[in-house]
Amino acid sequence: MSAPLLSVQGLRVGFATEEGVLQAVDGVSFDLRPGEVVAIVGESGSGKSVTAQTIIGLTRANNARIEGSVKLGGKELTSAADAEMQRLRGERIAMVFQDPMTSFNPVYRLGDQIVEAIRAHRPDTSKRSARERVVELFEAVGIPAAERRVDDYPHEFSGGMRQRAMIAMALALEPEVLIADEPTTALDVTIQAQILSLLEQLNRERNLATILITHDLGVVAEVADRVLVMYAGKVVEEGTLDEIFYDPQHPYTWGLLGSLTRLDLPRPHRLPQIAGSPPSLLDLPQGCPFRPRCPHEFSKCPQYPGLEAGLPDSPNHRDRCWLTPEEKREKRMVEGQIGLEAPRQVGPA
Amino acid sequence: MNEASARDGRSLLEVNDLVKHFPVKRGILIDREVDQVRAVDGVSFEVGRGETLGLVGESGSGKSTACRAVLQLIKPTSGSVEFEGREIAGLGRRQMRPLRRQMQMIFQDPYASLNPRKRVGQIVGDPLKRQGVASGSDLRRQVQELLERVGLSSEHFYRYPHEFSGGQRQRIGIARALSLKPKLVICDEPVSALDVSIQAQIVNLLDDLQDEFGLAYLFVAHDIGIVRHISDRIAVMNEGKIVEQGTADQVCEQPRDDYTKKLLAAVPIADPRESRERRQTRG
Repeated sequence: MSAPLLSVQGLRVGFATEEGVLQAVDGVSFDLRPGEVVAIVGESGSGKSVTAQTIIGLTRANNARIEGSVKLGGKELTSAADAEMQRLRGERIAMVFQDPMTSFNPVYRLGDQIVEAIRAHRPDTSKRSARERVVELFEAVGIPAAERRVDDYPHEFSGGMRQRAMIAMALALEPEVLIADEPTTALDVTIQAQILSLLEQLNRERNLATILITHDLGVVAEVADRVLVMYAGKVVEEGTLDEIFYDPQHPYTWGLLGSLTRLDLPRPHRLPQIAGSPPSLLDLPQGCPFRPRCPHEFSKCPQYPGLEAGLPDSPNHRDRCWLTPEEKREKRMVEGQIGLEAPRQVGPA
Repeated sequence: MNEASARDGRSLLEVNDLVKHFPVKRGILIDREVDQVRAVDGVSFEVGRGETLGLVGESGSGKSTACRAVLQLIKPTSGSVEFEGREIAGLGRRQMRPLRRQMQMIFQDPYASLNPRKRVGQIVGDPLKRQGVASGSDLRRQVQELLERVGLSSEHFYRYPHEFSGGQRQRIGIARALSLKPKLVICDEPVSALDVSIQAQIVNLLDDLQDEFGLAYLFVAHDIGIVRHISDRIAVMNEGKIVEQGTADQVCEQPRDDYTKKLLAAVPIADPRESRERRQTRG
């Protein structure tokens, strides 16, 4: 296995608010290798997007407190100067955002916006050769009639094409790491499938390392190598794609897997649900934050367990749950499928 | 279809050849109609009493326009919309008002669809008041019962929308839609703005309410998995037309239309082994 390209260790991000410190990310660690896709899965408020934004240096604000380390090829990013970060952004690490509608400036031509990005980093590139590079990029991400369409304005592009243009912009300086934050959430399924296969192709052909932020386990199953499941700022389970899907250890992961609608299986009478709603980060329950929604809560849960490997054969498959592997194997089966048992009491969402 | 509809042998909602074209205008002083967008282009479907018809399609397929034309929120260009055997296409606001009691809508965005300056009690009670169904303490009692029924608490009566999460807001929207005890509820992407773990709660709630109140749903969504789960029958829309219609399992398991097949093939399978296999066969 090659050395990690990006190494995140004990990352914590807190924001000072009027109601106290909001610990959005609370101790996230993972490594990313060239050509690898790590998916970070979670719901709104889980800290997945803040993790991504912090890696690329977008959460630096007066009220933000960032602890831990993010190393890109040995270089520490959390303490890098703003100017240095600006140079690294785009050059070595780039980001694709969820909303292709608002991520471009509507009054400039798409091509010009990407030319500007290229020339900001490589001032000695001529406009003409930067433009040629944009045409190449548009072709690489599958935008038809690239030569003509570089002169279009963002509104002349459909959502899927705009997302391709954004990926083209992210790739303009040939970064080693791509962070894709919900890259297909705003898109139709047929377009989503195209964008996912484009990302996969880039991974393969350019050995691009990718962090994929998503709430959609279907998307994860299509592209990820490893998965981190986040809940209330912490990683509650991590493992390879197959470990997470076929041997999930944390009840929250069971719940997420159980509530998926599967077109390839007979439909259940009732959609398995997770009761309640994610906790407020300003008012976390003591111990495991999933405890109030977990039907398997018991006396140990008021203490939060560490992220540990419970299975001797898979030392890199870790989770934060006090149940023993045997108990988990038994409790996660609901009507022959992996899922979260019906709650003891139904709370409102 | 349930027993009631079999008894009176007539659908609750019957839509025939519904058309909605929007003009495309050009010109500075004089607007000339240069083209038309055929948003809904000859759509026909039925919804039986207590039944759920799922309407799936991608953005721009015309599903939301079709819903709004059914409710007469926009005037259809042509075609017929019969509700309980009565033609409602082209009825004016005033003529529609008594009928609105029978047909309600749940919207996609639980943040935009609730007035931020009104208390939950007012939001949910407003339809009751406007239709003259209840007032005063009777109104409050009815609203509080509804709030409890949708999984909120009667104490939420005096709160404002911003105090609630997305899922709770959608419950408020559902309570409002149900306040007049309608026969038909049009749900336009009711869960797509919600977190995954909350989506299942709302879908199950809609299921329960349907059984309890005998509601019929026209359920519009782009997520075929959810539509298949909740629907008795599914209609697939593409470019303003319904390309395929059938029972939920038929459409999902034995699709006949090419567009339906394409749509189904694009849905990611949340099973790594299956999706690896699918990728390999696809090449």
